[in-house]
Amino acid sequence: MKIVLKNLSKIFPAMGKKNKDVVVAVDNLDIEIPDGKLVGLLGPSGCGKSTTLYMISGLQKPTMGQVFFGDDDVTMLEPEHRGVGLVFQNYALYPHLTVKQNIMFPLQNLKGAEKLSKEEMLRRAQEAADLVQIGDLMERKPNALSGGQQQRVAIARALAKAPRVLLLDEPLSNLDARLRLQTREEIKRIQRETGVTTVFVTHDQEEAMSISDVIVVMKKGVMQQVGEPQKVYDDPGNLFVAQFLGTPPINVFNGKISGGDLYIGDEKIMEVHAEEADRPVTVGIRPEGFIPSEDGVLSGKLRTVEVMGRDCSVVFTNESSQKPSVRAIVDSDIGARFDSTGLVRFNLKRNKVFLFEAETGERIRF
Amino acid sequence: MEDNKDIIQNNDVPERQPLDRKTVIKLNRDIGSKNQLKGWLYLAPALLLLIIFSFYPLINTFRMAFLNGYNGLAIVGGESFNLGVENFKTVIGYVDFKQCLKNTILLCVVTVPISTILALLIAVALNSIKPLQKVFQTVFFLPYVTNSIAIGMVFNAMFTRVGLGDLIQTQGIINNILGLFGIGPFNFVNVGSSWGANMFVVCTYIVWNAIPFKILVLLGGLQNVNKQYYEAAKIDGTSKVRTFFRITIPLVSPMLAYVIITSFIGGFKEYSSIVGIFGEGMGPGGNGQMNTIVGYVYNMLPKSNLGNASAASLILFAIILVVTAINGYVSKKKVHY
Repeated sequence: MKIVLKNLSKIFPAMGKKNKDVVVAVDNLDIEIPDGKLVGLLGPSGCGKSTTLYMISGLQKPTMGQVFFGDDDVTMLEPEHRGVGLVFQNYALYPHLTVKQNIMFPLQNLKGAEKLSKEEMLRRAQEAADLVQIGDLMERKPNALSGGQQQRVAIARALAKAPRVLLLDEPLSNLDARLRLQTREEIKRIQRETGVTTVFVTHDQEEAMSISDVIVVMKKGVMQQVGEPQKVYDDPGNLFVAQFLGTPPINVFNGKISGGDLYIGDEKIMEVHAEEADRPVTVGIRPEGFIPSEDGVLSGKLRTVEVMGRDCSVVFTNESSQKPSVRAIVDSDIGARFDSTGLVRFNLKRNKVFLFEAETGERIRF
Repeated sequence: MEDNKDIIQNNDVPERQPLDRKTVIKLNRDIGSKNQLKGWLYLAPALLLLIIFSFYPLINTFRMAFLNGYNGLAIVGGESFNLGVENFKTVIGYVDFKQCLKNTILLCVVTVPISTILALLIAVALNSIKPLQKVFQTVFFLPYVTNSIAIGMVFNAMFTRVGLGDLIQTQGIINNILGLFGIGPFNFVNVGSSWGANMFVVCTYIVWNAIPFKILVLLGGLQNVNKQYYEAAKIDGTSKVRTFFRITIPLVSPMLAYVIITSFIGGFKEYSSIVGIFGEGMGPGGNGQMNTIVGYVYNMLPKSNLGNASAASLILFAIILVVTAINGYVSKKKVHY
């Protein structure tokens, strides 16, 4: 089921005397979510990604705009008629019901022609439970389950009624680091096996990049960029997207274009188009874009080297950096050479260097 | 590493004796004994007050109840030799007491379910509205902060009807309203009124008086229920009725159990509301037909019949104990988490 959001906006009215301004949670969103894909809505907290999810589910009604499932306009449809499965951030498993009863709960709501026999309900509940590998926990109550198991039950409950669209609200935020890795692969597997169009919300870019077919980056209710994770990472549309994706984050410098060349501080970094006007720009360099070299174009004062086995982080300072320190990730056998404090020099990989307008943060392509 | 292993295997260190339970307790006691005195010292103020105001009266009640013929002034036949259940036999034999017991049990059985169900419905309704919620909450809570005797007198005035036949001189608002529909007038509370009519007034009053506190507790419980359960239910297309019975009630069941247990206890101790309506005579014209167990106990006191009063108290205590135990047992089965 393809999902199309057309000019979707959600504006919350001003609350109370202190907050006199209306809150624009989602601003004119236009997204097409392709059928059968796993889509990550990504952004910092308060960027409207959960609101968008709730508008897809129908729990919140948009102020303006439309939501389409396939060719059906579902904007005014109540959530129960949309055929969506929603997994809440804290799972919202009914604490007084067993796993089996929880999974069967949505099935028992079906009425009329859709009404299922008891055996059919049990069969479908078991099927959903087996899919998420909790088939042997059916008689337990939610409080006797671990976080990861609860998460699976919530997914099974959402899947049991064979939804057209599966929605996950911050599915991994309540899990510990190890479980998070495991569960995100699990979500990917379940999505592949069922083929159901899935939208999930997260503020964790690593999580979104690792499992999504498509990511949607949002900021303050405005969509910033849509695309395959790697493409968005390699080709960010603006400074915000470049900064939001990637760990460790991109290093940002104040630079300038002068005579068709890019300068950071007084150092000439590389040539850009000769016709680019002279002006200050913001330069983003991915941590993996640094190549240690004695005659490198960018210099800095070495602060420390953090060895992490496979590779190591070279932390140095540069006066033009917007942050106190700059982090470069290099192979550990190269990095090991930085032993005494002093100057370090780097050459830069051209495709890891991005230029942005200093004022607007828009990408300058060169 | 190899060396270490050898040393341990050489048994240079004596093997630790396996400790039995008694030894462990003794060891722990020895270590704790220093602090025991301090502990008792810290407990003393609270303990003293408890002994004077709780334990002594409690024990004394048992003593008075089980001493045959105890009357508070003179102990007939000598205290220590006349233990027995005479007082209980007397109390149970009284016609008055049977009436009290019947009234009390009926009051509980009628008012507890009605007030609990009403309170739950009102609490759910209050919880689902946004505008004026605070206003309604205050309105519903008002009966709780008013004096039950005073309100009882107002209820009496509302239900009253003084005069005979056509010569009715005055009647309360209830009879006036009923009159508008061509019903009545009824004699609810005045001299000559029936037991059933009295019971109706008392039950109405108790339900009205009991609702506020229950609303408060249940509303608190409802507001603690995570809204996401309802959102999840809505996504799944759960009907309102099913949501209420399958989600709301189980999730507030701990509050419900609390409310039901406390209101049964309160119901069995009902007294002041009836005094408010009927006066100390606990019935129209002081005929005592609306008396309760607590009322009976109070009646015994001026007559210096402490033995009977104590016995009646203990019977009441036993009834409450049994009912609460049943409540507890049921809630253990039905109350979730």
